[in-house]
Amino acid sequence: MSDKNKQDPITGVDTTGHDWDGIKELNNPLPRWWLWTLYGTIVWAIGYCIAYPAWPLIEGATAGVLGYSTRAEVAADIAAVDARNAEVNQRLASADLATLAVDDPAHQFGVAGGAAVFRANCSQCHGAGAAGAKGYPNLLDDDWLWGGTLDDVEYTVRHGIRNDADPDARFSQMPAFGELLSREEIADTTEHVLALSGQDHDAAMAGRGQQVFADNCAVCHADDGTGDPAQGAPDLTDAIWLYGGAREVVAETIEKARFGVMPAWGPRLTEAEIKAVTLYVHQLGGGE
Amino acid sequence: MSETPTGSLYAPREPIFPRRVAGKFRTLKWWIMGVTLAIYYVMPWIRWDRGPSLPDQAVLVDLAHRRFYFFWIQIWPHEFYFVAGLLIMAGIGLFIFTSALGRVWCGYTCPQTVWTDLFILVERWIEGDRNARVRLWNAPWSARKLRLRVTKWIIWLLIALATGGAWIFYFADAPTLLRDLVTFQAPLVAWSTVLILTATTFVFGGFMREQVCIYMCPWPRIQAAMMDPDTLTVAYRDWRGEPRGKGMRRRAIAAEVPAAGETTGRRSPVIPMPGKAATATPAPALAKDVPGDCIDCNACVNVCPMGIDIRDGQQMACITCALCIDACDDVMAKIGKPRGLIDYLALSDEPAERAGQPPRPLRQHVFRLRTMIYTALWALIGLGLLWALLVRPAIDVTVSPIRNPQYVTLSDGSIRNAYDIRLLNKQGEQRPFRIAVEGVPGLIASIEGADGDTVSVPADTTGLHRVYVTAPAGSAPANAHTTDILFSIDEMVSGEHADADSVFNGKGTQ
Repeated sequence: MSDKNKQDPITGVDTTGHDWDGIKELNNPLPRWWLWTLYGTIVWAIGYCIAYPAWPLIEGATAGVLGYSTRAEVAADIAAVDARNAEVNQRLASADLATLAVDDPAHQFGVAGGAAVFRANCSQCHGAGAAGAKGYPNLLDDDWLWGGTLDDVEYTVRHGIRNDADPDARFSQMPAFGELLSREEIADTTEHVLALSGQDHDAAMAGRGQQVFADNCAVCHADDGTGDPAQGAPDLTDAIWLYGGAREVVAETIEKARFGVMPAWGPRLTEAEIKAVTLYVHQLGGGE
Repeated sequence: MSETPTGSLYAPREPIFPRRVAGKFRTLKWWIMGVTLAIYYVMPWIRWDRGPSLPDQAVLVDLAHRRFYFFWIQIWPHEFYFVAGLLIMAGIGLFIFTSALGRVWCGYTCPQTVWTDLFILVERWIEGDRNARVRLWNAPWSARKLRLRVTKWIIWLLIALATGGAWIFYFADAPTLLRDLVTFQAPLVAWSTVLILTATTFVFGGFMREQVCIYMCPWPRIQAAMMDPDTLTVAYRDWRGEPRGKGMRRRAIAAEVPAAGETTGRRSPVIPMPGKAATATPAPALAKDVPGDCIDCNACVNVCPMGIDIRDGQQMACITCALCIDACDDVMAKIGKPRGLIDYLALSDEPAERAGQPPRPLRQHVFRLRTMIYTALWALIGLGLLWALLVRPAIDVTVSPIRNPQYVTLSDGSIRNAYDIRLLNKQGEQRPFRIAVEGVPGLIASIEGADGDTVSVPADTTGLHRVYVTAPAGSAPANAHTTDILFSIDEMVSGEHADADSVFNGKGTQ
């Protein structure tokens, strides 16, 4: 099959000697431009290997004489973005929230940036849509355990709730009434709490429970059950329940109490980020 | 490595030196060249007042802000179907013209043709007409040749620069960009675009010319397939012209003409058009002692910018610029023969013409079922676009319900949904919009961050607003799974109105 080279009689071009069933392969040279392009790429590749990181070594790779690295480029990009946002971040950090919330040049930046901060740090508990979950408050509604003004929200974000890390964290503790009250008293109180929020209840038991409530619960939840944001005591008369408003859940809450914790974000977020996430949460639909 | 003449697949370019010609088609081409070039260069400089915050350039493709301005029309990206419709119309328009008149696009209006024509004009102006240019081509390099060449190239380069330069003015405010270019402050993309388009104009118009049409352009292939026997195209009446020849030789050839049914030896075969076999039947007039009208003066070949001989028949390299018609008519007038030896004619007329009858009138070639259908389609799309343009809502509004969460229970037990409402303000001033919810009684709409029910959207922007719709506790929408609702948007100044329907999610306990 592979004889020595012959000349093709029709074209006068040498053949490669390959011959398959009479079909011969002509040995046409590559076009010159093609060849020079190939040589050019080889030269380029050599230069590239010298200029840029190229050869893998045991630890790292050759650095290249230009000192280029993709990490440095990313760092430079981030630094450039930070530099570009420095002014507006400075504005966020220094201005007070009341100013920022209305028609401030930094307002839109703060809300958008706050949304990013929220997704990265808060959505794990409060949900991506900020609708919360059982035990984690819904931030979209008009009910606030610790107050829903800009300053209240900022304080909660900065110091957290019932955590050990921050001495200024919001703190309150509901006793577990299972150790203080009898089973009947807890059942009666449960009926009273259901009555407070207008749910189906046993009127006789609720009547008895009213007295238990006044003696034990009203200190924090107020006589009418509307709660006290100063100590994070929920409003028991509204339609919003952090752990659930069904009879069994309310009874469980009274018996065992609840102790929801939120970390302090002051040490972890920058001043501008805290302001931003506050602005974001405040404009979710429930801000006071 | 030896190469025989048959072995090479490479054919060097034959230089072409088109001779100057005058005539009705040349005049038409001058006019078309003037008008098309004027449109291209002048268009970006036309001003059009759109108010203080919008650009005042009549035709502007604003890529940075994603707007397309065309006089009083302003197209946003989501209305790109207008551009798509125009492109379809351009395609069908090409069908119409090609089926009726062959490659008129190539011959008269294609930028490659127009700019090449302009470059040849410059060439003729600097270096003289055909014979002078042939002499200059063959002459060895001298100071004069160098001077002529360099002068020509400089003028070509200036034209190319103006061409590439004008292109970018369609994409930015022309006066500002010109000032930036002059003061070297223009963005890199402007410079590189000018550079690339200058280079392509210079090379395509000055040096590659007909090779662009023959080797690079797909249209000759497509258009050849779109022509039919009734299409009018530039062709040579060989039954009238043959046997060709001049003077003594002319008579000699006439004498050599063999019996009817054979062609002369010199004559190239006629390449058949699609759907039509080449007829070799000589005309009855082709008697033994009567020579044809063609005196073989080569005027048609000398004026051809594509360097072809139209007497060889229809061929792919012919752009039907009709300059050979002018050249031949001129010669026919001089020798006292009727014009039209080379002319616009259709293959379907050939048998009649051979039989000595006149061709069918122009309108029968142009107004045919095929062209009618194309025209109807073209007009239909055009009317559709026009209709779409006219009924285009003055207020563009999109409502996207927020689905995470589907609803929020408020402390009084009422159910609230949230919606992101985008309002497009396409006008040059800030406009107030009133947002209300309709369709279901009891629902209350409120806007985040706004006191009332009105928001204002700045000029030429999209305003995004979160709108809350609340259903009182126990009401039908609060308990139902879903309820259809309608947002009603009113522009407070002009009174323009738009509706957008959406869905309200309730607790689904009903």
